[in-house]
Amino acid sequence: MRTLRRSLARLLNFTVNRRGGERLREEIESHIAAQTDENIRAGMAHHEARRQACLKFGAAAALTQDYNAEKGLPFVENLLLDIRYSLRVLRKSPAFTVVALITLMLGIGANVVVFGVVNAVLLQPLDVKDPQSLYQLRHKRWMSGRLLTTSYPALEDFRQQNTTFSGLAGVYGYSNATLNWHNTALKVHGDEVTGNYFDLLGVYPRAGRLFRDGDENGPGSAPYVVLSDTLWRRVFQSDPGVVGATVDLNKHPFTVIGVAPPGFHGAERFVWPDYWIPMANQAQIDKSDYLHSRTAVTVTVLGRLKPGVTPQQATDNLNAISAELARIYPETDDGQPLRLIHSGLYGDNGDVIRGFLWSVTVLALLVLTAACANLATLFAARAADRGRELALRVALGSSRLRLVRQLLTEAVIVSLMGGAAGVVGAQLLLRLLNRSQPFVGALTVNVDARVYLAGLIFTLASALLFGMAPVRQVGRGTPLRMMKNGPPGAPRLRHVAMRDLLLGAQIAICTLLITASLVAVRGMVRVLRAPLGFQPRGAMLVELGDIPADKKKPVIEAARTIPGVTSAGMVNRTPMTGGIHGIPIFRAGVNDFKLNNSALSSYVFQMSPGYLEAAGTRLLTGRDFSWHDTADSPRVGIVNQSFARRMWGEAPPIGKCFVVSGNLTEVVGVAETGKYHDMEESPQPAVYLPLSQSEQSEAAFVVRSQRPPGEMAAALQRTLSGIQPNTPVAVLSWPDALSDVLFPARAATVALGIMGLLAAMLAVTGIFGMANYSVSRRMKELGVRMALGARRRQVISAAVGRPMVLLALGSLLGLLTGVLTSRLLQQIVYQANPGDPAIVGGAVLTMALLGAAASAIPALRALAVDPSKLMRED
Amino acid sequence: MKRKTDVRQGTLALMVLKTLDVLGSLHGYGIARRIEQISGDLLSVNQGTLYPVLLRLEQEGAILSAWGPSENNRRARFYRLTRAGRKSLEAEKRGWEQTASIIARFLEVKADDLA
Repeated sequence: MRTLRRSLARLLNFTVNRRGGERLREEIESHIAAQTDENIRAGMAHHEARRQACLKFGAAAALTQDYNAEKGLPFVENLLLDIRYSLRVLRKSPAFTVVALITLMLGIGANVVVFGVVNAVLLQPLDVKDPQSLYQLRHKRWMSGRLLTTSYPALEDFRQQNTTFSGLAGVYGYSNATLNWHNTALKVHGDEVTGNYFDLLGVYPRAGRLFRDGDENGPGSAPYVVLSDTLWRRVFQSDPGVVGATVDLNKHPFTVIGVAPPGFHGAERFVWPDYWIPMANQAQIDKSDYLHSRTAVTVTVLGRLKPGVTPQQATDNLNAISAELARIYPETDDGQPLRLIHSGLYGDNGDVIRGFLWSVTVLALLVLTAACANLATLFAARAADRGRELALRVALGSSRLRLVRQLLTEAVIVSLMGGAAGVVGAQLLLRLLNRSQPFVGALTVNVDARVYLAGLIFTLASALLFGMAPVRQVGRGTPLRMMKNGPPGAPRLRHVAMRDLLLGAQIAICTLLITASLVAVRGMVRVLRAPLGFQPRGAMLVELGDIPADKKKPVIEAARTIPGVTSAGMVNRTPMTGGIHGIPIFRAGVNDFKLNNSALSSYVFQMSPGYLEAAGTRLLTGRDFSWHDTADSPRVGIVNQSFARRMWGEAPPIGKCFVVSGNLTEVVGVAETGKYHDMEESPQPAVYLPLSQSEQSEAAFVVRSQRPPGEMAAALQRTLSGIQPNTPVAVLSWPDALSDVLFPARAATVALGIMGLLAAMLAVTGIFGMANYSVSRRMKELGVRMALGARRRQVISAAVGRPMVLLALGSLLGLLTGVLTSRLLQQIVYQANPGDPAIVGGAVLTMALLGAAASAIPALRALAVDPSKLMRED
Repeated sequence: MKRKTDVRQGTLALMVLKTLDVLGSLHGYGIARRIEQISGDLLSVNQGTLYPVLLRLEQEGAILSAWGPSENNRRARFYRLTRAGRKSLEAEKRGWEQTASIIARFLEVKADDLA
């Protein structure tokens, strides 16, 4: 209570009335007068009486200080003084201040951006009820991409037989539809989910209601649609009256029963579905029915564990069911063991994403460390230059603690300003990133309190890191020695100063970062040059409205006649668009189509004649399909090399037969092997079947032409109007369509490239600062040397030799670290190999160039020393 | 040479409170004089150290101050004890008496007492 009152009084005095020395002065005067009177009464002379009174009172100045300290908040008052002084000092050396601010801004900004992304992707929990007990079922084998786990009938079996989950929900996330509302038609994508989906995730509607388990009563029984908040706002203008209305999805009526809450987008972080429909009604949207096929592996399974059940128990339970299913349905269920993961990051890709983001975090922290080392060097150098001032202050009675505090205040001010600039810059950058959506799917990186806090922590930590450097200098040496500050002796080679260590460390970190970015760039180049087995460049994907099967041939033929089109073809699904699973292939003569008897499992594509040419896939031997391969003619197929080798070894495959989907198929051609799912896959078998011999109705249209996509769209529209009027046409260049696949490599390259650039800048400023400083300090010495006849080479080596040695040592250290941490880099970059001579050479060359660039100006300054002029100065 | 005892702040504060308790309203010089009289030459030098203590007590609410005329008709600041001050004096007094008695007992201790 007493302390509280006292603090309040102090605070009040501090804020309201800081200059209240009047009362004390008056009291002192009155006290001394009273004592003087008393002394006079005791018989002293007037003058002596007053002197004695003053002596007895004691030092009034010290007293005033104590009194004021008691009265206000001396800590804060001193702090204000320190701040004011620091600002003045910083203003006096604007170049230093600007360099320090920019360095910090970049270092802290980079870290805030990285942390913002990490926060959004990894740290924020999924926006569903109790995300910890929510799991996604996966095949035990680690697979990139491939979200799909089971067939719908298998999901039903798992739901009925398991004892460990309070609920299992199925999701098919590749649903596409044309939404017709009033007179607008709109392409939308969404999720087909089982009825218990929303209850399992614990979601409450924003308007209307969400469908539930009871709404599904067999196929086609639940023509309901739940709209996402975004779609509701974009298309339906947030009209609550839309609940109960009927919209058309792929020309089938669906009743809007509700709107999902804002921000809810299922259990995948990067996917924002426009709608959810009950899986029972999937056939109306998807054209093919997967509810009854055990071979259509289309369902992603989410499950919520019962309380008290461990993931291991649940996995064992599921695997027992899976093995049992494989026994009952040997032709369709392979009994793959399962495992549980937390969903949100594209299945197993989460491991890659996590690894990537944490590695980038480490690199960003390294950038900040290098920046701090840089600033520490600068601050230490400045403190050395200010030695005389500091010594004077010690001599005048300032405590060393006070000096340290002042120096730290300076560091904190600089880093707060730099940090603020960095956070603002990071915020702008993140906003830009959000708007341009470089992320796969959609991810909004919010700058929330946690990001600001991280920014503040980065700022204060760096202030401590570099602010402590000059403190050492205050602590040692007597004022007298500090004040003399004579011309410093040439630094001895053996003597390693802290500044040298700092610069060496900084260069090592920078080399590491530059190596990493070179690795990334090279990886990217390699990815772009990697043989895909098709040539996206110069080809476009055309999205057409529904084309009846009998119109496909005229459409393709008509497209070929468009000037500038060299080839055109259709395929059920272009490579690297996900969602294709291995189809079992049997040798000719096998009659028991158990999965165990299959020879291999392969990618299967259905294509029209001309697709291979349009896609740029080379046909190595044999023939392409023709329109004469029809449902009535013998089944034919084109296999890739990998398929042929695994089936028949080195024997010529043309004329050989195999069984796919129960049909005996003859090989008529062999195509080159390519990439079918992702860049990292090993060579996979693939087989192409004629579209005209399959049931497949979905088809992607590939056109090869040098004309720009916009022009192509118009030309196609004109051509198609004769065959199939009013067909909507959308044209996308194939490389653009593939950007998602290249996203990881591109993101890695951009992230590491930026880190590398920052590192290069830091290396330059570090070396420049050190060399320039040493030249400034040794001007006079260099002048003397030149006057005595030193050669230019000697002068240069004296001036910038030391930074160069440090550069060499630091680079070597950085390169070694790069090689040693190659595992880290491999996690980030496809086919990373820091030991690659091109990369080592590139890094060495870069560092040498940076070193040369950074030390050129100081070296020139050293050479331009005019001894006669210098000697005449002071 | 033995150094003259420094008056510690806490001690001085207690003396101030006690003085004001006994003598009612007093100005700074008056308090210093009384303490000097009672404690011998404890406060004969550095009388100024009294003023930060007075300020502190006032900020704690133990005493109040106001300007008034002194005996010689000079303007002086007079201090008097508040009710809170009286309470805290009592508390401090008890604490001191306790400490003093404990220390006194320790100083009396002989070897056989501890055997």
